[in-house]
Amino acid sequence: MIAEATLPKSQPPAVVKKKRWRNLRAFVRNPRAIAGMSILGIFVFIAVFAPWIARYNPQATEFLPSQGPSAAHWFGTTNTGQDLFSQFVWGTQTTLLVGFGGGTIQLILGLTIGMYGGYKGGVIDAILNVLSNIFLVLPALALLIVIESYIRNTTPLINGLIIGLTGWAWGARVFRAQTMSLVGRDFVVAAKLSGQSDWRIMFTEILPNMYSIAASSFMYSCLGAILAEAGLAYLGLENLNSNSWGTILYWAFNGDAMLTGAWYWFVPPGLAIALVGMSFALMNFAMDQITNPRLNVAKRRGSQRDRA
Amino acid sequence: MRYFFNRLGFLLISLWAAVTLNFVLPRLMPGNPAEIMFAKFQGRMLPQELHALELQFGFSNQPWPIQYFQYLGNMITGHFGLSFTYYPVPVATVIATSLPWTIGAVGFATLLSVIVGSFGGILIAWRRGGMLDRTLPIATMFFQAIPYNWSAFMLLFVFGFTLNWFPMYHSYGTNQTPGFNWPFLSSVLRHGVLPVATIFISGVSGWIIGMRNNMINTLGEDYVVFAEAKGVSARRLMFSYAARNALLPQVTGLAIALSSIVGGSILMEQVFSYPGIGFQLNTAVSNEDYPLIQGMFLIIALCVLIANFIVDMVYARLDPRVRTGGASS
Repeated sequence: MIAEATLPKSQPPAVVKKKRWRNLRAFVRNPRAIAGMSILGIFVFIAVFAPWIARYNPQATEFLPSQGPSAAHWFGTTNTGQDLFSQFVWGTQTTLLVGFGGGTIQLILGLTIGMYGGYKGGVIDAILNVLSNIFLVLPALALLIVIESYIRNTTPLINGLIIGLTGWAWGARVFRAQTMSLVGRDFVVAAKLSGQSDWRIMFTEILPNMYSIAASSFMYSCLGAILAEAGLAYLGLENLNSNSWGTILYWAFNGDAMLTGAWYWFVPPGLAIALVGMSFALMNFAMDQITNPRLNVAKRRGSQRDRA
Repeated sequence: MRYFFNRLGFLLISLWAAVTLNFVLPRLMPGNPAEIMFAKFQGRMLPQELHALELQFGFSNQPWPIQYFQYLGNMITGHFGLSFTYYPVPVATVIATSLPWTIGAVGFATLLSVIVGSFGGILIAWRRGGMLDRTLPIATMFFQAIPYNWSAFMLLFVFGFTLNWFPMYHSYGTNQTPGFNWPFLSSVLRHGVLPVATIFISGVSGWIIGMRNNMINTLGEDYVVFAEAKGVSARRLMFSYAARNALLPQVTGLAIALSSIVGGSILMEQVFSYPGIGFQLNTAVSNEDYPLIQGMFLIIALCVLIANFIVDMVYARLDPRVRTGGASS
């Protein structure tokens, strides 16, 4: 496994801590990370200050319908005369909330299940591992659709909750592998001998050694949650009066945006999702570069060959 | 052989889990929503058919374990019940007519993106530090995060609506008679371009980057360095030495990606009204046709699980260490 090769080989805690700070400093100076953080920052800003940025009530049908972008309506209006920019702004808030919420639930579940299985080993590990593998192979969106077909008209927050509860498997698998490689290390053994409880060891000794993996897993979880929510809302499984990027797509599709050539209706939400995803990937890429020495070694080799 | 039975066992366990989810979910929900469905179809269906469905969804005085084993028996023998939407067509028939479309489009698009992506990754790793190597990862990040329904929408808008190059919906022209004749087949191909392109676009860049990173890791291995020192030609070094091993994680990646590809195809089929299982699932959901929903979920799960099993077998073929169980990683 690549990840295992990158681990510091049982260094004293002080060195590990120092290294972590160095990594963090390298991260905030990495151009890719800066680009990623800026893009995400803009969306977070929009989400937080939505009430002040959105100029109109996103549901109010008080404007001329099917207008293209203009000074008054930056993203145009829907076929029922709603202001699309206001919908987009409020949608940003909902979508990011679902994304981060779903991602957080996935992270917590993944960490708990993955670390516990990897740490305990034996029968518990075998059962948890089969469980996560099952959740990993079952088609997630189909499962979500089936669950939501029984619930109906869910709010975005319930959607986030369900997405979180069903999507933890990938994280669990990664954390399990990482924990298993750490469990035999000296510092873990020492902590065990000193009589610390299992959970304490997991969260204070093992977890700090996989911050970068946890962060990358969290970012993918968030993106996955955003995409899942957009898909579910698009299929009409979310309360249609809610404001999210997915519901804008739903109304665009069902309001014949395509046949009227209203590109301004469906382009912004999809583009925004792709940009958020790109910002996560940029940060991830930067983190990989900093924490995986191998990518750099190979780079040096490659450049030598180019010069020769 | 042990590996084979191990994977087969996992296939069966996962399948059992999917069936059990189908059984448990309607019984778990407060105020079983299937009840509304029965009220709606009262009198439109033969009493004994309705009764069979009531048993399937838990309207029965029998204890749970007995219901459960009856349910398992029905699923194993392929009795998924009758679809309300297409009454009196059984769910199994709806599956049979829609499955080929999905397998055809999704299977072709996936294979295409893996093959093109892997070759692309090799090329980029070869020209490391070049223009493509610097720009493509960024483009990839963007494309990978595009929701399938949106890329499908954009393709349809540009190539279907604006340019009118490709048809806007369904999998073949309504004036064609399905069969083995050229007008029908060419119509199928024309209708398939945009759906396949949707899946291809979302997937291919991920395969390129994955292969690139694997190649870079493999190129750092001692045996590759040694071969290079020995004077093996660059082409041979890339394809025979590095690429062979770099492909292995791609195969694992395929197993992991399948679930999201299938999820994406559900959205894609909805946009193109492509009559595959995803489209039927959506139809079933909007009609509250629970027998059809259950049947579709089960068949989607079954397909993904079988595909996973095949991938596992291919992996074992490529990496002898897996088969013999030696040098486990």
